Amino acid sequence: MNHLIEALGIAFRMIFTGDPLVYQITLRTLLIASISTLTGSLLFIPLGSFIYFRRFRWKRVVVGFIQTMYSVPTVFVGMLVFLMISRSGPMGSMGLLFSPGAIVIGEVFLIAPIITGLTISALQGVGSGLADTALALGASRGRMVLKVLFEAKYAVLTSVLMGFGRAVSEVGVALMVGGNISGYTRTLTTAISLGIGKGETAQSIALGIILLSLAMIVSITVNIIQHGGRK
Amino acid sequence: MILRLRDITVKKEKNTILKGVSLDIPSGEFFVLMGPTGSGKTTTLRIAGLLDTPDTGDVLFQGETVPRSGKRLLKTRRRIATVFQSPVMFQGTVLENLEWGLKIRGLSKEETVSRVSRIADLADLNELLSRDASTLSGGETRRTALARALVLNPELLILDEPTTSLHPSFRKEFLESLLMLHRETGTTFLMATHDFTDALAAGTMGAVMRQGEIEQQGSIDQILFSPRSRFMADFTGTGNILSAVFCGNMAETGGITVKHTGSRQGRGFIAVPPEVIVLSRVPGVTSERNRFQGTVSSLERKGLNWTVTVDVQEVVFAVAVTTGALDELEIQEGSPVWISFKASAVHVF
Repeated sequence: MNHLIEALGIAFRMIFTGDPLVYQITLRTLLIASISTLTGSLLFIPLGSFIYFRRFRWKRVVVGFIQTMYSVPTVFVGMLVFLMISRSGPMGSMGLLFSPGAIVIGEVFLIAPIITGLTISALQGVGSGLADTALALGASRGRMVLKVLFEAKYAVLTSVLMGFGRAVSEVGVALMVGGNISGYTRTLTTAISLGIGKGETAQSIALGIILLSLAMIVSITVNIIQHGGRK
Repeated sequence: MILRLRDITVKKEKNTILKGVSLDIPSGEFFVLMGPTGSGKTTTLRIAGLLDTPDTGDVLFQGETVPRSGKRLLKTRRRIATVFQSPVMFQGTVLENLEWGLKIRGLSKEETVSRVSRIADLADLNELLSRDASTLSGGETRRTALARALVLNPELLILDEPTTSLHPSFRKEFLESLLMLHRETGTTFLMATHDFTDALAAGTMGAVMRQGEIEQQGSIDQILFSPRSRFMADFTGTGNILSAVFCGNMAETGGITVKHTGSRQGRGFIAVPPEVIVLSRVPGVTSERNRFQGTVSSLERKGLNWTVTVDVQEVVFAVAVTTGALDELEIQEGSPVWISFKASAVHVF
């Protein structure tokens, strides 16, 4: 017990004195998760809009599938990306394995269902009346989609934040395709799991507190946004 | 003709919503599309507003066939504006709502300002311009939606059931403001309604739909006085709607003079709901202002009640009678009867 309290003290000291290793890992994690989320948003907000506005067969099945993939196991995505980018895989020649780029690819896949699915829900929340109104007032289809996305902006932003939250806190992808290389691909989650294994309790606790704070900031922001959107 | 629908069919899943609808909307008219709920009015309006494409059939706007996609479809759609049954406001103020359609057309700031101020005057919206559109009442939302469409100077304005869900006392007022806007803007109006009295109050021409087909179209007078089928007669005839010539609180119709509580001159319509008419074998002493002698021409069971038609001069009145009252009256076809109703029960159009 004493050992734990001592470790907690060291952890807080590390956070507040700006321990270089802790901050480096935090910044890297934020950078990788941000790039993943940005890439994911650019790809999957349009995909979600496309699925919502397009009439096609099996649409309900597709949307249902996307929603079940929200909780796809991270190690499953890690495995798929590993098989794709490992030396013998189809993208092996690009030499991506165990690089930050590999983590980004994995995380983009990981958050794809969340951003796509929640974008669809966001647009459903606005209702078809708005799309009809925009068209009836002379909007082109593209302009109509932009208007509806704009009206659903709070809910769409929520989907982006949820994606970010998942990217920042996942461990399977970062570990499997990032390789947890110190100073290169080590993220908050992989550093924590390694640190606990190695007995570096204080550092792991410090990183854990930061990770928890990030997760809480994300969900508080989501809450605030949803509240503002409902006003 | 500003708009022609040619043999339009629309299927949704396994149901055929429209079965070969053809409709001609003449320029400048106030055209009323009537029919019971579920008869296909809204689907027809969505096709006319170029919001949906039909499975088969053509839409012609100002004589030209409208393509099913592409730039020309958008260009044509921008000459039409639709106001839906439950209008949706965009986030922002009333002013921002009014400006949106102009903004996406790339109109200059001056043009936008002048058009918005003209329409705000016409639709009496000046006090509401800075209001958050989500705080508007039902009636205000409708007026804003109407103005948001009219500010675009459409050649054709489509209105889907604009008076439903309005409080009855606003209903007449709203219809009057529609008529005023129709006159002031010169725009062709195409309005759907399931209420025949709305059609009488507003329209000059119209069509009646039934189960995805056009039952009859033409002038409102034609629809009213030359019903082409039993359905049409039922649809228009249940309210004892009569064409009349007014003089003060008197209305001359079919050889009789009906007293009403309004004051009016010229031609128009009166309606006497079958439920307000009292049927008797003797004239009796009643306070009813309108009393006429006639002959029973038919008796028909309608659920628990009966509809008795009574010929008075050239007018045929439908009278709603309960089974019990009918037994007491002991009447049959050809029986001489008296009908009476209050002047205040007569609707005037």
